Amino acid sequence: MLETVILIVFAMIGLSLLLNVWRLLVGPSVPDRILALDTMYINSIALIILYGMSMGTALYFEAALLIAMLGFVSTVAVCKYLLRGDIIE
Amino acid sequence: MTEWIISILLLIGGSFVLVGSIGLVKMPDFFMRLHGPTKATTLGMASLLTAAMIFFSTTEAGLSVKEILISLFLLLTAPISAYMMIKSAIHHKLNSIERTKGKGLIEDDA
Repeated sequence: MLETVILIVFAMIGLSLLLNVWRLLVGPSVPDRILALDTMYINSIALIILYGMSMGTALYFEAALLIAMLGFVSTVAVCKYLLRGDIIE
Repeated sequence: MTEWIISILLLIGGSFVLVGSIGLVKMPDFFMRLHGPTKATTLGMASLLTAAMIFFSTTEAGLSVKEILISLFLLLTAPISAYMMIKSAIHHKLNSIERTKGKGLIEDDA
């Protein structure tokens, strides 16, 4: 049963990634696009964790943690750049 | 039994992530769109990671609690990134829809 559920959740997260791509392409303003990218990296963490579960290995955990950290830093950096025109003043 | 718990947690998490992204697409202005990804998606991720934690605790040797790290990190950083995005949206003077109350209280001190 677990394999079927993992496949269903894969499909759900893939669909939400597609919706995020739509917002990333259409999004009328720059903060909309940053928000779409921010959501996309969180969803990709979900995909990696699900892939690790379906393969039955915990190897991919470190990749997920790295994406979580770098995604947060990049979101804050881009917002800072929009706010001040510079990242580290 | 654990398989049922893992499946239910996975389904809850997946539907919350999906609802967050639907909110990102359907909401009318940026300040409303911010609600979906920062609340629903974070909750869905916490549920998914709890499912992964139970899964790896039962399949591999020993208790696996390192998934809590990602969960905790996301719960800590989602409000900070939402705050930064709100600041940049106010700085860019994005319009909210007409019905929004208290627009006069917004000030840009960046």
